[in-house]
Amino acid sequence: MFSGFITSFTIILIVIFLFREGAGLFTAPNIEEGYVLALNNNNPVNKIDPEKIMDIFDAEITNWSQVGGNDAEIEVFRFSDITKYATAEELGSNFENIPEVLSNIIAAHPNIIAYFPEHYVVVDFKGRIMANGRITPASFFGGTKWYPTAQPSPQFGFLPLFFGTLWVSIAAILLTLPFGIAVAIYLAELADSRIRRILKPIIELLAGIPSVVYGFFGLVVIVPLIQKVFGLPVGETALAGAIILAIMALPTIITVAEDAIRTTPRAMKESSLALGATHWQTIRKVILPYSVSGIMAAVVLGIGRAIGETMAVLMVTGNAAVMPKSLVEPIRTIPATIAAELGEAPTGGAHYQALFMLGCILFLLTLIISISVEFIARQKHKQSI
Amino acid sequence: MKKTLIALTALMTIASGASAQKLKGSDTLLPLIQQESENYSKKNSSANVTVTGGGSGVGISSLIDGTTDIAMASREIKFDEKLKLQEAGKPVVEEIIAYDALAVVINPSNKVTNLTREQLEGIFTGKITNWKEVGGEDLKIVAYSRETSSDTYEFFKESVLQNKNYMASILSMPATGAIIQSVSQTKGAIGYVGLAYLNESVKAVHVSYDGSNFVAPNFENAKNKTYPIVRPLYLYYTQPNASVAKPFIDYILSNEGQATVKELGYIPVK
Repeated sequence: MFSGFITSFTIILIVIFLFREGAGLFTAPNIEEGYVLALNNNNPVNKIDPEKIMDIFDAEITNWSQVGGNDAEIEVFRFSDITKYATAEELGSNFENIPEVLSNIIAAHPNIIAYFPEHYVVVDFKGRIMANGRITPASFFGGTKWYPTAQPSPQFGFLPLFFGTLWVSIAAILLTLPFGIAVAIYLAELADSRIRRILKPIIELLAGIPSVVYGFFGLVVIVPLIQKVFGLPVGETALAGAIILAIMALPTIITVAEDAIRTTPRAMKESSLALGATHWQTIRKVILPYSVSGIMAAVVLGIGRAIGETMAVLMVTGNAAVMPKSLVEPIRTIPATIAAELGEAPTGGAHYQALFMLGCILFLLTLIISISVEFIARQKHKQSI
Repeated sequence: MKKTLIALTALMTIASGASAQKLKGSDTLLPLIQQESENYSKKNSSANVTVTGGGSGVGISSLIDGTTDIAMASREIKFDEKLKLQEAGKPVVEEIIAYDALAVVINPSNKVTNLTREQLEGIFTGKITNWKEVGGEDLKIVAYSRETSSDTYEFFKESVLQNKNYMASILSMPATGAIIQSVSQTKGAIGYVGLAYLNESVKAVHVSYDGSNFVAPNFENAKNKTYPIVRPLYLYYTQPNASVAKPFIDYILSNEGQATVKELGYIPVK
């Protein structure tokens, strides 16, 4: 009882920590912390959408009229460009003149948009600092662009990652279910004990292979294979991830489903056979309905494994943060994103918090799946008896 | 009990502090510094050098926290990081210990040999999508990049894309080895890797920043600076800590240390 209490307590602490860090995202500014965007005083533009800001700095938007200003070319100024506008002498030997130089540059260029550290804004600043907003839940939950390190305006649209994760997990489970259940039925009902003694350890061995080894196998074998078979320009696709995940989830599904099938009471099986049903009819009409809740548990564990799997997916799916349209395109999953990006995300920054938010979503996703399948399994079980 | 423990650890840190050096940071520098520290320890039996990776950002923030003596970085220290150290009364000292060139690689079956910076920018930002637009065959371009956490990603973005963002559909790979592997097995692929990682399974493109002189990425061209995509590799330490950090850095900058730099495929400073 005591260890049970400790375990639950730890889990609750982890969940609280996860959500506390994640929630911080929506108080983070939508321009990188400690930096400002400034315009010339005569520029009529007041507010620019964060997504449009990114387009301006990527030179996708080049004219002020596209964001509601005058018809004039946009002049993009990043802080590191300062040496192109001013000489070293003007900046001063200890860079003490930077605020003044910046202020003059912005005053002299009517179509400039300047991005520089906040502490260079002095009292008599001759430009206009753009008011910056916060990262909104709408931009996170409804966004389709994931550019966490874009400057000055990072984009945290979680939709491509969310659908990428679902896409690859569902495909994996659909691939693995028929195989898994067929093998479980064979092992539990049909195989003689000698074959079973050989097969069972081999299948369980699959579960013991480290996921990075699966990933490597996928990258070297499955990815080129898919590329050749489907004649694709690139082999790192959702399908490659799904196949690897299917192989990885197989031992879990087989072991749990087989155990469930074995728990069918001998009396039920024998009475079915005694009534004249064939072995196959008994399996289909008696054993499978009886063990459906156990098989459902196997499915949940399999989905859980697929959704949370990181390393293998990171290596074979190409990690392109685009909305998935087909199985033969690269996708990016939530766990892969967290694993790949957390190492360099500055602690406490918006990127860091966005990754925790993704963790929260992953947690909720598995929670919802567990609860709903538990619910379905209970319903079915009542019907069958 | 707790107090004695703290005192004991403090004592041990002081005792070992005399000859111990902790380095942390860029994974690009990791293999080089590990080799250097091994050679250094062989020469000075009293030396005790610990090297850990984690990325340039991690290294520099450890330097700010004071949990490392030297930060390894494959990018220049950012202005605000420098300012933080300045404000803490620990002015930072910068040493360039080597250079690293980035090679743009394509599949060996691809006929394209020359690309300008503008063409590379077009390819990686998604404006150019077919090899025939840059003089190759009619084949879709598949662009590979490193993960956003990588300094190589940032450097390539700064130098080649001029700070523009990569396209959304770029394939990001967790490691340089994975890029080599993918480029070698994908016909329309293009990617970028450190010069030290170049091998037979991929083809390196000649790059031009001025549109006329196409330069092959190799040791000589990187050393005489005719190859454009070259970045310095830095070690950072703080002024008050110079006595601890300096001997090891001096060793790396010595002829022997620079020989190791060359041996591992980086470009020596001298």
